[in-house]
Amino acid sequence: MSAISRTAGLRTGFLLVGAVVFIAALSLVWTPYPPAGINVAHRLQGPSLLHAFGTDALGRDVLSELIAGARVSLIVGIIAVVIGLGLGVALGLVAAAARGLVEDAIMKFCDFAFAFPALLVAILLSATYGPGIVNATIAIGVANAPIFAKLTRSAANGVLAREFALAARAAGRGPLAIAVDHVLPNIAPTLIVQATIQFAIAILAEAALSYLGLGAQPPMVSWGRMLADAQPWLMLAPRLSILPGLAVGLSVLGLNLLGDGMRDALDPKLRGRA
Amino acid sequence: MAAYALQRLLILIATLVFASFVIFGVLEILPGDAAQTMLGTSATPETVAALAHKLGLDKPFWLRYFDWISGALTGDFGLSYTYNSPIAPLIWERLKVSAPLALIAMALASAIALTMGVYAAERRGKGGDSAVMAASQLGLAIPSFWLGILLVLIFAVRLRIAPSGGFPGWSDPLKALEALALPAIALGVVQGAVLTRVTRSALVEALNEDFLRTARAKGLSARSALWRHALPNALPPVLTIMGLQFANLIAGAVVIENVFVLPGLGRLILQSINNRDVLVVENCVMGLAAFVIALNMAIDLAAAAIDPRLRARES
Amino acid sequence: MRFLLEVEHLAVALLTPGGARRVVRDVSFVLRPGESLGLVGESGSGKTMTALALMGLLPEGARVSGVMRFEGRDLTRASEKAMQALRGDRIAMIFQEPMTALNPLHRIAAQIAEPLRLHRGLSKRDAKAKAVELLGRVRLRDPERLAHSYPFELSGGERQRAMIAMALSCEPRLIVADEPTTALDVTVQANILDLLATLGHEARTAILLISHDLAVVARRCERVMVMYAGEVMEEGPARDVLGDARHPYTQALLAARPSLGAPRGRLAAIPGAAPSAEDAGAGCPFAPRCPRAAPVCAEAPPPLVELEGDRSLRCARVDAEGRPL
Repeated sequence: MSAISRTAGLRTGFLLVGAVVFIAALSLVWTPYPPAGINVAHRLQGPSLLHAFGTDALGRDVLSELIAGARVSLIVGIIAVVIGLGLGVALGLVAAAARGLVEDAIMKFCDFAFAFPALLVAILLSATYGPGIVNATIAIGVANAPIFAKLTRSAANGVLAREFALAARAAGRGPLAIAVDHVLPNIAPTLIVQATIQFAIAILAEAALSYLGLGAQPPMVSWGRMLADAQPWLMLAPRLSILPGLAVGLSVLGLNLLGDGMRDALDPKLRGRA
Repeated sequence: MAAYALQRLLILIATLVFASFVIFGVLEILPGDAAQTMLGTSATPETVAALAHKLGLDKPFWLRYFDWISGALTGDFGLSYTYNSPIAPLIWERLKVSAPLALIAMALASAIALTMGVYAAERRGKGGDSAVMAASQLGLAIPSFWLGILLVLIFAVRLRIAPSGGFPGWSDPLKALEALALPAIALGVVQGAVLTRVTRSALVEALNEDFLRTARAKGLSARSALWRHALPNALPPVLTIMGLQFANLIAGAVVIENVFVLPGLGRLILQSINNRDVLVVENCVMGLAAFVIALNMAIDLAAAAIDPRLRARES
Repeated sequence: MRFLLEVEHLAVALLTPGGARRVVRDVSFVLRPGESLGLVGESGSGKTMTALALMGLLPEGARVSGVMRFEGRDLTRASEKAMQALRGDRIAMIFQEPMTALNPLHRIAAQIAEPLRLHRGLSKRDAKAKAVELLGRVRLRDPERLAHSYPFELSGGERQRAMIAMALSCEPRLIVADEPTTALDVTVQANILDLLATLGHEARTAILLISHDLAVVARRCERVMVMYAGEVMEEGPARDVLGDARHPYTQALLAARPSLGAPRGRLAAIPGAAPSAEDAGAGCPFAPRCPRAAPVCAEAPPPLVELEGDRSLRCARVDAEGRPL
C-alpha cells in the first residue's frame, strides 16, 4: 500500500473517530430534542427545519436519537474493551509467566473460546438474567478477552526471553513482577492497536444485540434499537433504517482505519519502505 | 493423513465434551434460579419450588449434566417449557433453515474472497489493489443485518424482485433458495470483505517466496504460477481465519434471521429467551457451538490435506 | 552456430522508490555451445541481475538495454510468451537457496515433472517416470522414494540435486546456476559442483556458473568473467585469468584468498567497499580502491584491452600486452 493511502487512512480514521467522540460528548450536555421524547402527534415526519432528519414512529427526533446513540455505543465499547483488556492481559501474563502445561491449557482454552462470539455469550447471560445493556456489555467484554490473552502471551514471551528480563530473574524478581514491569510497557503499542479494533467489534456487537432487544432497553437509545424500531416502517420511512446503520458503519470504519493506521505506523518492517 | 484425521477426531470429541460442560456450567455457576427467572419475581416460593422439581432443577449438578448428555446422545434433548414438546425435533426443523443459510453465505464469502483477493494480489501496489482494499474496508465496517435491511429496501420494497422475509419450506427448493438469497448475500458480503483482506495478504506473501521464481524459471506464466504455486501455499492461513470467522457468521445469521423473519435457530433462541425457556437456549447454544467446533476441525483437516508439513508436525 | 549466447552492452536499471538505479552498467560476453563460463564478483556487482535479465525474470519496472542473443534470437525483444517457451526448456536456472526454492506443498516428482509436462506434453505417469530417472542421474540414492517425498523431508544437498534434475529435465542448451552451493555445507559443495560440471559436459549443455568464490569457478569453468560494480573487468580462459591475472581487481581478489600452507599473517583484504553500479563514478569503478590507480582512471571509462589467447580486460594502467604500466 502506498504511503499516501496509508496516511490518508489514518487521517480519515482519526477524523471519523474524533467526530463520533465529539458527538457523544455533546450528547451529555445538549441534544436538539430529548432523544427519548415521545411526541406522537409529530410522528414520521420527513426532514425539515425543525427536525434535521425528521422524526421516528413515536415522534422522537431522529438527530437527537443518533447523537444519544453515539454515547451508548462509545460507553459500551470502552467498558467492554476495558473488561476484555483486563481479563485478557491478566490471563496472557499468567500464561507467559507460568509456562509449561498452564500456558498450553490457557491458550487452548482461548482457542476454544473463539467459538463463542459476543452474541452467544450475551444470549446465555440474557437467558438467565434477562436482557439488558449491562449483560450485553459484560458479554462483549468477556468475549473480547481471548484475543487479548493470546496477543499478550506471545508478546510477553518475546519480551521475557530478552536479556534484561533474564537479568531481572537472576536478580531474584518473580516472573509476575517482571511481567508487569517490563512486559507491559513493551507490548502497550500492540495492545492499543488491538484495543482500537476490538472497540470497533464491540460497537458492531452492541448494535446487533440492541437490534435483537438484548442490549439497550427503552427508554435508552441505541443505534441498534433504532434499526429494530424502524423496520416496520421500511416502506414509508426508509431513512429511519438507513441513518442509524450509517452511523454504526462510519464509527466502525473510523476505528478500523485508525487501528490499521496505527499498526502501520508502529510496524518497524513497514517503516523502512517509503 | 488417516492418523492425523483420527487424532483430530479425538480432539474434537474432547472439545465438544468440554464445550457442553462449559455451557451447562456457566448457567449453573451464575447466581440466579432458572425456575425463578421463568416464573418472574411475583411467583410464590412454592410455585417456584414446584417448577424446579418438575424440571429436575433440584437434582445435584452432576446428575443433571449426566442426564442432559445421555439424553443428547440418544436424541432426547428434553422438553421445551414453552411448547411442552420435545426439543430435538424443534431444533431439527429450525436447523433446516439456518444450516443452509450459513453454508450458502460462507460459500459466497469464499467465492468473493478468492476472486477479489487474487485480483488484488495480482495488482498489488496498483490501483486495482487499492480499490479492492478500500471496498473491503467498507464491507467489514457495516453490520451485516443493516446490509440485509438495505437489501430488503432495494430489492424487496422498491424493485419487488425478492421476498422481504419468511420461508416457504423446502417443498419448493427454488422458492426456498429465493427466500435465502438476500440474507445469504448480506452475510456473505460482509464475511467476504474480511476474507478478501486475509486472502490478499496471504497471497502477496506467498508470491514473494523463492519457489515462485523457480516456477517462473520453469516457464510458467505469472498467472499459472499464482494459481498452481502461490495460492495453495496461501490457503492454510486463510482457512484458519475462515474457521475463526465462522463463529461470527453464525452470530450474524442469528441476527439476520430476525431481519428476514426466517424460522431458523436464531429466532428460536430469541423467542426462548423471551419465554425464559432456559433448556431450549442451552441446547441451541450447544448446537451452534458444536457446529462451529466441528467445522473448525473440518477446516483443520482441509489445511492438513493441502500442507503436508502440518500432518508431519502433529505426529 | 558459432555462439550459443551473445550479450552486447547489457545494462539493467531497477525501479526503486528513489528512482531508477543502475545495477548492471555494461556487460558483454559470449558463450559457445557446451562451454562453461564462470561469472565472479562480490555481492552487488550485478551478477545475479545479469542472470535474471537473461531469463527475463527481473522485477517489475526494470529497464533493460543492450542485446542478448540466444540461438540467434534477441531476448530483449522477445515477448513474454516467447520467453515462457524458452524458460525451463532451452534455458534453465538453478537458484541459491534450495531450502526455499522448492514448493513445500508439492512432491519432488511433481515439481521435476512440471517442465516436462509443460514443454514436452508428457502425461503425468511418463513425466513421473522421467523424474525418477533424472533423480538417479543426479546421483541420488533411492530415487523412487525421494521422488515421492516432500521437500521438507530432504536435506539441502538432496534438494539442490533435485533442482539440478529439474533444470536438466528438458535437456536445455544453457543452464544458469546462481550461487548453487553457497547455502550448502562445505562438504557437500564440491560434490554438487562436480556433478553440475560433469552432467553439463555429458549433455553438452553450456553452463553459466555465478559465484562470489573464485575457487568455485576455478576448476570447473573453461572461461571466467570478473565483474565489479556492474561492469566486466576481465575475462578469458579460466586458467589464464586465474593463474596469471592482469587486472588489478582480479589480482587483488586472488591475493585476498587465504591458502592452506601459506605463512600465517594478515589477509590481504582490499581496502574500502565495492560500490553499486549506480554509485560508481564516471571513470573506472575500481579506481578508488585500486593500488595502481592514476588520475586518468577516474576521468574516463577504462579502455578495452584485448590480449591473445582470447582474453580481454578493461584497464587504463596496462599496456597492449596487459603488463602493468
